[in-house]
Amino acid sequence: MADVNITVDGKKVTAPAGTLLIEACKSVGIEVPSFCYYPNLSLQGACRMCLVKVEKMPKLQTACTTVISEGMIAITDSDEVRQARKGMVELLLGNHPLDCPVCDAGGECELQDMTFSYGAAESKYMEPKNHKEEQQWSPVVYFDRPRCILCYRCVRVCGEGMDVWALGVQNRGVGSIIAPNKEDHLECEECGMCIDICPVGALTSGAYRYKTRPWEMNHVGTTCAHCADGCKTTLGVRRSETGMEIVRGDNRDKSGINGDFLCIKGRYAFDFANREDRFVQPLIRKDGQLAPSTWEEAFELIGKRFKEAREQHGGQAIGVVGSNRTTNEENYLLQKFARVVLQTNNIDHHRTADFPAFAAALRGKPESTASMRDVFNAPAILLIGNDPTEQHPLMAWQIRNNVRLHRAKLYVVNSRDIKLRRQATGFLRIPKGAEGRFAAFLNGDDSVAENLRPVAGTGADAGESRATTQTTPAGFRDQLRSEQNLIIIFGAEIRGGDIASVVKFGSGIAGAKFLYLADYANSRGAADMGLYPDLLPGYHPIADSGKFHQEWGGVPQTPGLTLPEMVDSARSGKLKALYVVGTNPVGRFDIDPFVFSQSFVVVQDMFLTETASLADVVLPAANAYEKSGTFTNTCGDLQLVKKAAEVSGSKSDFEMIVRIADAMGADVHKLVPFGRGTAADMGQSRGAQSGEADRHSVWLEAHGLEPKMSPFDPMAILDEIQRLVPGYEVSRMNLLAGNDQRTSLVGRASGAAQNPELIAPANDHLFSSGTLGRYSRTLNSVMENHDQQPAEF
Amino acid sequence: MRFSDQFETRFAEMITHYPTKRPVLVPTLLYAQDEAGYLSDEVIEEIAERLELTALDVRNVISYYSMLSTKPRGKYNVQVCTNIACMLRGGEELLEHCEKKLGIAHKGTTPDGQFSLEEVECIGACSWAPAVQVNYDFHENLTTEKMDRVLEGYAKKGAA
Repeated sequence: MADVNITVDGKKVTAPAGTLLIEACKSVGIEVPSFCYYPNLSLQGACRMCLVKVEKMPKLQTACTTVISEGMIAITDSDEVRQARKGMVELLLGNHPLDCPVCDAGGECELQDMTFSYGAAESKYMEPKNHKEEQQWSPVVYFDRPRCILCYRCVRVCGEGMDVWALGVQNRGVGSIIAPNKEDHLECEECGMCIDICPVGALTSGAYRYKTRPWEMNHVGTTCAHCADGCKTTLGVRRSETGMEIVRGDNRDKSGINGDFLCIKGRYAFDFANREDRFVQPLIRKDGQLAPSTWEEAFELIGKRFKEAREQHGGQAIGVVGSNRTTNEENYLLQKFARVVLQTNNIDHHRTADFPAFAAALRGKPESTASMRDVFNAPAILLIGNDPTEQHPLMAWQIRNNVRLHRAKLYVVNSRDIKLRRQATGFLRIPKGAEGRFAAFLNGDDSVAENLRPVAGTGADAGESRATTQTTPAGFRDQLRSEQNLIIIFGAEIRGGDIASVVKFGSGIAGAKFLYLADYANSRGAADMGLYPDLLPGYHPIADSGKFHQEWGGVPQTPGLTLPEMVDSARSGKLKALYVVGTNPVGRFDIDPFVFSQSFVVVQDMFLTETASLADVVLPAANAYEKSGTFTNTCGDLQLVKKAAEVSGSKSDFEMIVRIADAMGADVHKLVPFGRGTAADMGQSRGAQSGEADRHSVWLEAHGLEPKMSPFDPMAILDEIQRLVPGYEVSRMNLLAGNDQRTSLVGRASGAAQNPELIAPANDHLFSSGTLGRYSRTLNSVMENHDQQPAEF
Repeated sequence: MRFSDQFETRFAEMITHYPTKRPVLVPTLLYAQDEAGYLSDEVIEEIAERLELTALDVRNVISYYSMLSTKPRGKYNVQVCTNIACMLRGGEELLEHCEKKLGIAHKGTTPDGQFSLEEVECIGACSWAPAVQVNYDFHENLTTEKMDRVLEGYAKKGAA
């Protein structure tokens, strides 16, 4: 759009036509205060805090609803404007309690800040304040009516942003109140966005309220440990008896790929970390019982037994199961440890999507995967299968708000009436399990069109979607073909050869990009890092182990056993040892626990899962909030995982793997390339020159040159990942700054790891999250409240 | 939920007047209240569904307008104006008289379900103050005696 020139407080400002005055002011560093204005939400003009003088207009104007026009002259700081702001604050405080010291929002309250900046110390209003008791609207949302200043942000974010519409405004004038949709409680997705967006202490979080003060916590922005979307969550931590305790999760740091968004899991479901039944010391099975032991005893025993198994029966007698929730560095290290130290390719993980087939289908198209940010900006999106509202809340947010703010076209193909159909331009309901047939149909196979007709009686609910005409599969396909820069998002319903069909169809569309949905925080990372019996990191087939072979000094040349094959091998007594890191295959795949009675089983976990309960040695593991490293989300966005909390008595999986290798007598230097880099005087860490140490270390770390003094430093393995795994050559500087870095999927595999039957989608919904969800009290209480079956323990 | 044919005809016509469905909400609520006496949960659900709104949304609008009620009201809703003109000409005395006579207070309903009473703001009949509106009918230049006759008239009508 054409640019418009205006003058604000004597400063010349140029901004595109259509820009709001408040935004134009912001762009040159002039702050216009406001409560109700919130970027990307509809305009409200309710709080009147942003009143400014615009020349030639008789009265003060609200900067948040005034669109700039050529030659406009605005004044944001004059006696008149100051008087108006002061008056507004005075009115807002008319009924607002003046008990900041006991309010949950004290210290991070916008009204408090505004009163300091613009308000009056004295008030003309002597009337008694209206008081109402606090209400609990859900296990996680509380409402304190007198504190509400009626900015309607919560109403708009819930409706426009989340498409939930659970909050409204009732009555009018001074009697107006924010009301939940079920008279005295909420029936909603429990995302907590209303709490985060509330400028005051009216909406508070059941998980955090009245526990501490914002200035008493450290705030660590890290990547969420739950689903595969990779939201940035800010964890508020404070010292506790056992280390550092997480008290709050929220969205203070809006620099993440999720922007304003965070769902219930990122916000509240950190509580698994604080559970008292966590393992805090190693356990060794003695006389049939798991008994506490020391770390030394445990590592010594594991080292001895693993070494025995390898030397007496060979690497094929040992199995390793990795995790979807450990970091890239840990996953890479684990498979390297398996291949180099245990000398086995028997390594697998719980596969939730067919990434090897995806990588193979994208061969020669390294830049054709879409990032999470792309989903918010694409002009058109095709979604096949999955239900992002439940399984990928951020993905759903990106799609929904792209449609709302950019008028993107959304095409949905699903066997159910998923909620996103309400944003869809085209919705095609297909029979259950027909996603693969649809992929073939996209690719031109018209013979399957008949089989795509919806089952009688469950027809497409056209009334609720934006689709105006009944869509036929052929018409739907024609519409798709006419799109450009389409992002094709598909769930794990599409596997194996069907992925190639989808990619082939997309290749006929200019600028098309692809996005494959896996389920856990680092499912993509586990696949990228080679937790496969027949694939090395970066989807290198075992037969093509060239550079890994050179670097690691020998990789076993025969593909190893998949997880079900390991179970078979254990059943026949051939699997002598099993090493399970951060996963629960016995519970997840309902494996007969007696199968492993002949195997020496080592489990690294936080809780006594079905797998841990049959282990010979259990090592207490730290979770993703208690260690550093990187996660790759399902789109391939690489993000830093920062250590926020600590529970004494646990160790990171990284450290434990290294310690086991050491106990086996392996050369730890070869496993983790530490001890490289420079050693130098890094300057003063205290006093006048204290910043010097930081400047040295930031630059050195960004260039991978900081001294990695310890074999437990994940950054040493990140060096190797960046060197050897194609697609991971991203900017370290940006990564360390907390920005998402896009990796590319450079497929080399073909015909390998094509076992679509091994893919077991997690089928989590909004309130469940695999093992972590089972141990989250908040998620369980919300599920009970929604009359859903709480997770089994 | 069944509405009369007249309601359905009106509704079908109104809905064609606007590009979206929401604008017909307020008249629809009023007509529905005229038929059903008040806006029950059932009526709210029905209207929300017809206009593709949430029930919460419909309730929000109802709560804004004092003429719309979600609670049952008497057959005759006596609305006594006590705004400035009526007040100066005895509106408040008239309200007090009605309260005594009917034995109910503001927003109350008689046990037999015949009358409810409401104190309202200006009803636009200042020239003939004090004025009272019963359902859609106006009664003007009232005194307590005249008011008694008005109420008796409705009581008879209601008993018939």
